[in-house]
Amino acid sequence: MLELKNISFRAEGEGGHVEIIKDISLTIPDNRFVVITGPNGGGKSTLAKVIAGIEKNSSGQIILDGEDITDKNITERARLGIGFAFQQPVKFKGLTVLDLLRIAAGKPIKIAEACEYLSEVGLCAKDYISREVNASLSGGELKRIEIATVLARNVKLALFDEPEAGIDLWSFTNLVRIFENMRDPDKNRTVVVISHQERILEIADEIIVLADGKISRQGPKDEILPEIIGTKYAQTACRKIDTEGEK
Amino acid sequence: MIKMDPIQLRLLQEIADLHDVPEGAYNFRANGQAVGRNTTANIDIKPKTEGSGIDIHIKDGTKNESVHIPVVLSESGLKETVYNDFYIGKDCDVLIVAGCGIDNCGKQDSEHDGIHRFYVGKNSKVRYVEKHYGSGDGSGKRILDPVTEVYMEEGSSMEMEMAQIKGVDSTKRSTIAELKKDAKLVVRERLMTHGEQIAESIYKVSLNGEGSSADVVSRSVARDRSYQKFDACIAGNAPCSGHTECDSIIMDSGKILALPALEANNVEAQLVHEAAIGKIAGEQLTKLMTLGLTEAEAEEQIINGFLK
Repeated sequence: MLELKNISFRAEGEGGHVEIIKDISLTIPDNRFVVITGPNGGGKSTLAKVIAGIEKNSSGQIILDGEDITDKNITERARLGIGFAFQQPVKFKGLTVLDLLRIAAGKPIKIAEACEYLSEVGLCAKDYISREVNASLSGGELKRIEIATVLARNVKLALFDEPEAGIDLWSFTNLVRIFENMRDPDKNRTVVVISHQERILEIADEIIVLADGKISRQGPKDEILPEIIGTKYAQTACRKIDTEGEK
Repeated sequence: MIKMDPIQLRLLQEIADLHDVPEGAYNFRANGQAVGRNTTANIDIKPKTEGSGIDIHIKDGTKNESVHIPVVLSESGLKETVYNDFYIGKDCDVLIVAGCGIDNCGKQDSEHDGIHRFYVGKNSKVRYVEKHYGSGDGSGKRILDPVTEVYMEEGSSMEMEMAQIKGVDSTKRSTIAELKKDAKLVVRERLMTHGEQIAESIYKVSLNGEGSSADVVSRSVARDRSYQKFDACIAGNAPCSGHTECDSIIMDSGKILALPALEANNVEAQLVHEAAIGKIAGEQLTKLMTLGLTEAEAEEQIINGFLK
């Protein structure tokens, strides 16, 4: 179980301090699939980074399974079972997909095992296992590899920061399938996804709407989704293409 | 039977991945002396009648054979210059493994300068692997100043893999290559310097024949207070294509000077150069830390991958 107690995050802005997260308190029980949505700049990504330790909260406490992890660094939190998939997957010159999956697994896993993780994200393992994780891979491929690194870690809490960003519609359809497969109660895994996508919101147990650094709505999917459907917080896949085109 | 001490055997393993005597032709040199030699029906190795070194003759049409010529130095204060000439016939396909390992536990400098000349025959294919390695905690320096000259006949190709990852205090590597029609040269250099080490790598590749091509790529890491200079010039003297690239990671107080250069002397010469120097990207460290590595472990993985 993840508990956030009075979390605030301040950053240096042009006009002094800017409060990006404002006194958020939140409890996410085990085995839940939670989607956080809300307007751009509302603090969603920052909140996920604060949970993973990539950003340090200015005040408040983070409790994972009863243990206060507020002062633990990224590595320590990772080792306690927090996984984080980046919105923009990081590229590495020289490191291969297999290298990255081995690092993620924390042991020298066999190629066959690495292939299983790739299959889970819909990549044909033999085509990818020895590829370098560099710009020769497409946005969709990098995104799936990024997700595979989180799967390989067998985490308790998996955080996904806008997994749909920067991928094409075809990859997006497959991405939804990957998340549907992740909702496996036997895996004992809590999944938190930051997304505006209706298709991802539809598979949530719970939806949180974050706006202006605060939780504006929170509740079961059946309750929240009808209220936000059709707004920019719950877009259809085609709308996603439109808005990315506008950018 | 080859006799070497445990230090020499360890050096041999580092530079040539050899645990035992290799198959095919070889010439082992330890502390300035030839300690083992084998020739085959197609590959002959003879000591030079004047000066120090060997002549290697590879017969026309020799395929899938290899020559190993490793050098190890485990005596402090030894300085040597060795001339090795390779005469590779026509239509060959061979692997040549060179390399030098120095262990210096003493106070005096140890130095090995290998002058290698390759005459690559028409339509022959050569893969050349050269590794440098230094060890030992003496105050004496481990110095390697290799010179490589490559003369390539029509339609020949050569792939050179040069690596110096650890322990060599000072190195100045000079490589010149001259290519005739349709000859192809590929160079992959990997270099890591640490401590107070100095490494210079200088290439001058002349594309003299129509359809010749060269691809010279260096990846390097400079740590601590080490210094590197990469100076690669490709001259296009005919309709040809050339590419040179230097990609470096700089750490601590390391210094790197990259001078990729192009010289076009023919309007049909297509030449490209690239150079990038930068520290390890913070997001790369963060990503690997979210996978459970410490910052130091993440750094090590990034460097190992980069130099692989």
